[in-house]
Amino acid sequence: MIRTRQLAYRYPKGPTLAFPDVDVPQGGVMLLGGPSGSGKSTWLALAAGLVGATAGQIDVAGQSLGEGGASLKNAALDAWRARTVGFLPQKLHLSAALSVHDNLAMAQWAAGRNQDEPRITEALKALGVEDLAPRRPAQLSGGQAQRVALARAILLQPQVILADEPTASLDDEAASASLALLQATASREGATLVIATHDARVARFFSENSSKKGLEPLLLGLKKL
Amino acid sequence: MRTIAFSWRFLWSRPLTAALNLLLLSLGLASITFLLLVSHQINSAFERDLAGIDAVVGAKGSPMQLILSGVLQLDVPTGNIPLAAVETLRAHPQVASVIPISMGDSFRGFRIVGTTPDYVRHYAAELAQGALWRSPMQAVLGARVARQSGLKVGDTFSGAHGLVSGLGAGADAHEESPYTVTGILAPTGSVLDRLVLTSLESVWQVHDADADAAPGDKDREVTLALIQYKTPLAAVTFPRFINTTTGMQAAAPALEITRLLSMLGVGLDVLRALAGLLLLTAGLSVFIALWGAVRERRADLALLRMLGAPPRKVAGLLLCEALWLALLAMVLGVLAGQGLAMLLAWALQLDQSIMIGGLAWPAGWLGVPVLALGVALASALLPAWEAYRVSVFELLQSR
Ligand SMILES: Nc1ncnc2c1ncn2[C@@H]1O[C@H](COP(=O)(O)OP(=O)(O)O)[C@@H](O)[C@H]1O
Ligand SMILES: [Mg+2]
Repeated sequence: MIRTRQLAYRYPKGPTLAFPDVDVPQGGVMLLGGPSGSGKSTWLALAAGLVGATAGQIDVAGQSLGEGGASLKNAALDAWRARTVGFLPQKLHLSAALSVHDNLAMAQWAAGRNQDEPRITEALKALGVEDLAPRRPAQLSGGQAQRVALARAILLQPQVILADEPTASLDDEAASASLALLQATASREGATLVIATHDARVARFFSENSSKKGLEPLLLGLKKL
Repeated sequence: MRTIAFSWRFLWSRPLTAALNLLLLSLGLASITFLLLVSHQINSAFERDLAGIDAVVGAKGSPMQLILSGVLQLDVPTGNIPLAAVETLRAHPQVASVIPISMGDSFRGFRIVGTTPDYVRHYAAELAQGALWRSPMQAVLGARVARQSGLKVGDTFSGAHGLVSGLGAGADAHEESPYTVTGILAPTGSVLDRLVLTSLESVWQVHDADADAAPGDKDREVTLALIQYKTPLAAVTFPRFINTTTGMQAAAPALEITRLLSMLGVGLDVLRALAGLLLLTAGLSVFIALWGAVRERRADLALLRMLGAPPRKVAGLLLCEALWLALLAMVLGVLAGQGLAMLLAWALQLDQSIMIGGLAWPAGWLGVPVLALGVALASALLPAWEAYRVSVFELLQSR
């Protein structure tokens, strides 16, 4: 569940970005569209509690991260993010020094959790990449790497999955596969999915597929400043 | 625990850089360990040999040469002094004991020293086998002489003229006056280990055999005498008394060795400065590597923050990498330093020179791990701070 009211963020030495109000139900999908520089990444940062709103409110999975920053501070906020938000960055940022398995183990370490082997296996299985566990990221194809990154994002069973430009630099076929995977994974996990993108193919994909599955994504179009 | 494991993996994710830094750090630490050991060993070797000898009386010349030849058995002596003069020293009110020393020959590079049993007693040396000499041409071998020559009690050998072994030493052997081994000393770590001891008479006898006419007893000479004072006050007056009223000179080992060490010290200081420079270079290299690693992995580190790691955890990962380097370099550096010191000890032993032991852990050794940690941490501080400040926000902006 994500709910915003008069949400705005002003960069200390930059523009003030004001965002339209949204209500994304738990398990819903939201497409965060708009041209480059319209504030998509900033919105994701607000939703992940990485920056505090300078005005308005944003509630994520029942936690208020609104004006004046979150009611949570530093370590508590880090811990909240770890258990609430799964993040799929545009560049996947898998550690080249570690195997696929250890990349996931490291995510558990970063979140301050004990290493949980069954959960790692489960997450890899959910994305169909359990066989790749011993491989290094350099030995993965682009599609495989994205699956691994997504396995890492759902590792701690987050309530919200934030994906930043997941289709950038993918061809049509791969883009569709990637979006299908994201949607399937989020719906299986019961997580709210937010996809930030300026790729027109994303909206097309959802308008073509949502009619079959009855999953209407919410569209939040941001305008260029 | 897992921080340690992950940092290890990250360290070796750039194997060449890690190896280079390890090499540099280890080299710096090894040279410092080596210098520490060598100066410690030299000091303690000097201390052992000098213990209880307040003055050395010998022929006029360089006082340091007198000490080096008479106490440490390293240099050639300054000349000879009359035995009668030495005997009168025994009557001096400030003198507690006098040990006459006479030398001139060697056996396979080890000096043959004519003296009295007091010399053996002075270093509290014990006989491992046999007995002390009782009559001329009997000899007691120092531990290393026995080990290196393989001579046993009852064996005979003959000395060569001159104090140092050379290719021609055999040609000049006193073959007509052989010595018989009557005893072998247990190792003491002192100068005795590398000496062949015999009576004063033996030395005279060997050289009388060479000369046509033996000098009369009252013309007998020795090389020098080791003096122990009755009172510390003697240090002020006794040397002056000898130097002004007799044809001999008195030198204080403590004084001369301090002078020698301070001369050596300049050399050691230069080496130490070089080792310090090496460490500084290593520190700089570690800094550059870690700094580069933070720059390169900025987004990866930011992702860790995204995954819930607090800043100190991210910074800790970096510090841990540096600690791994420090730990490895410390082990390698100390081992290499000890190895080098042992190599030097072995080389010096071949040279029949001063004894320095192998493995030793002088108190200053503990400074090496501290130094390793210090260098590693100091060079990791800024990168760690940079890692601490990595903002997750940048991850979203990175393209
Ligand atoms: N650190 C910053 N300081 C000042 N302005 C910024 C900063 N980051 C982004 N901006 C500005 O905020 C706007 C939104 O940026 P961003 O959220 O990255 O957009 P998008 O992700 O849609 O491309 C842009 O106009 C950009 O120039
Ligand atoms: Mg963006």
